[in-house]
Amino acid sequence: MKTSMGSRLFDIGNVLLMLVLIAVTLYPMLYVFSASVSNPGLVSSGQVKLLPQGWTWIAYDRILSRSDLWISYWNTIRYTALQTALTLTATCMMAYPLAKRELPGRRFILMATAFTLLFSGGLIPTFLVVEQLGMLNTVWSMVLPSLISTWYLFIMRTFFEALPRELEDAATMDGCGPLGILFRIVLPLSLPVMMTIGLFTAVTQWNSFFDAVLYLREREMYPLQILLRTIVISDSTADTYVEDGGTFVETVKYAVIVIATLPILCVYPFIQKYFVQGSMIGGIKG
Amino acid sequence: MPVQLFERLRKFKVYYLLLLPGIVYYIVFKYVPMYGVLIGFQNYSPARGIWGSDWVGLKHFITFFYETPDSWKLIRNTLLLNVYEMLFYFPAPIVLAILLHELKHVLFRRVVQTISYMPHFLSTVVIVGMTVTFLSPQSGIVNHLLDALGFDRIMFLGDPGWFRTIYVGSEIWQKLGWGTILYLAAIAGVDPTLYEAARIDGANRFQQIRHVTLVGMVPVIIILFVLNLGSMMEVGYQKIILLYNPFIYETADVINTFVYRRGILGANFSFAAAVGLFQSLFGFVLVLLANRAARKYSDTSLW
Repeated sequence: MKTSMGSRLFDIGNVLLMLVLIAVTLYPMLYVFSASVSNPGLVSSGQVKLLPQGWTWIAYDRILSRSDLWISYWNTIRYTALQTALTLTATCMMAYPLAKRELPGRRFILMATAFTLLFSGGLIPTFLVVEQLGMLNTVWSMVLPSLISTWYLFIMRTFFEALPRELEDAATMDGCGPLGILFRIVLPLSLPVMMTIGLFTAVTQWNSFFDAVLYLREREMYPLQILLRTIVISDSTADTYVEDGGTFVETVKYAVIVIATLPILCVYPFIQKYFVQGSMIGGIKG
Repeated sequence: MPVQLFERLRKFKVYYLLLLPGIVYYIVFKYVPMYGVLIGFQNYSPARGIWGSDWVGLKHFITFFYETPDSWKLIRNTLLLNVYEMLFYFPAPIVLAILLHELKHVLFRRVVQTISYMPHFLSTVVIVGMTVTFLSPQSGIVNHLLDALGFDRIMFLGDPGWFRTIYVGSEIWQKLGWGTILYLAAIAGVDPTLYEAARIDGANRFQQIRHVTLVGMVPVIIILFVLNLGSMMEVGYQKIILLYNPFIYETADVINTFVYRRGILGANFSFAAAVGLFQSLFGFVLVLLANRAARKYSDTSLW
């Protein structure tokens, strides 16, 4: 087919624009990595532009020798594991009955959950509930207030609803109860949606910091993101590292960003595999 | 009749048992806090609880609107950040989705998508941390660049004039790629024969984009627009709490951050809950209005 001149120019411009987009997206991330392994003095004076200068692991040495890094890393891992397990279980337990069209009261429960998307009590009343339940400073304050996400609940319900009805009917004929159907038929067929929601929940919990700001008081409980904030944003390391001429501060910041983000980058290819396009909207409607 | 109903419910016993934990979650963490907004009309004291505290009517609302010098500033900042996001962020993923769709090379397209989705998965603390270090007056790369080009160094995070640009700019950087997902799904749902028909009618590439691709995206655009309008009173306050400092409260302080400082840091629960309630109610009314408008002027609406 003949392509017109304008169309050709458009294609070239489009590709160039996309290359610019790639550069703009990747540059900050590459810079963080390069700076983390560069000579601190060269970073501070602006001589590191893209590639590492004067390669050294000294920033990692410094940061990995801090005991609070290991404590908060472990905290983040256990909060993430617990949250993912509980969220998947609770969401699935709730989505399965709600996918049963003939369940009495189903509509009311769906409306009541959807309403929480439009209106919420807000920060203070939620905080007071968590406080009154005695959850401050416990693992539960990290996990339970965000146990079920209404969006994920609706996505899972829509997925369950789309499963072939005949399979369930056949299983019922064979004497399978609701739980038998859930475990033997629904769950094995739902691995993709479970993976998607599980991975997204894990990433959200790994990245979250504000619940920890609200509900945790003791340093031993702090997750990684709080330590990250202390080191990178609040500049509290300024006094800790001045013995090396004050220049270490900067590269330690970059190193800790890399350390905190590495696990996310490792699971990223898997998350990407499970992007279910359109499932988000499909979940809301209907 | 009651016996029949009882029988019917018994048939679903297992399902209700499965629902139980979820229902408890929604009651405890969603509906009890909604009931808890009542403390906005009280002088709540934790010792006396919500049943024992004194009622003060609208006192806290009046205090906020008439006796808090910052109240209008907070509302203005909240709305302005949203308006800037609507103007500069909202159209960007729409354009990007169209451009991605127009890429002929499938592999290249996949690469662009993979890379542009990535920042979405970085944490708020990392995004702000990168912003703060890059913009640092002494050691940040941005100021090194300004210096090299012969400009003066800028105290980006100490100057109220820069805050909105930094906030919206970092939002765009993080969310541009991810924002295309729903639009790309909409484009994928466009019937390919429409393009053929348009070509036969003599439509060129731009006309095809305008009359086929864009038209196919309209429902999603409307839904997201309604959602955005409905959250005009919401901002990414967690990011602002990390990013701001007292020097730039003039433009950076928003309702949510104010509620956090007064309520959580200042333990002024009732006053903060009242301000939060004002914000929630205002947002709720906005969604209703926006949805009604969408329903009236198009075939698409949230419900």
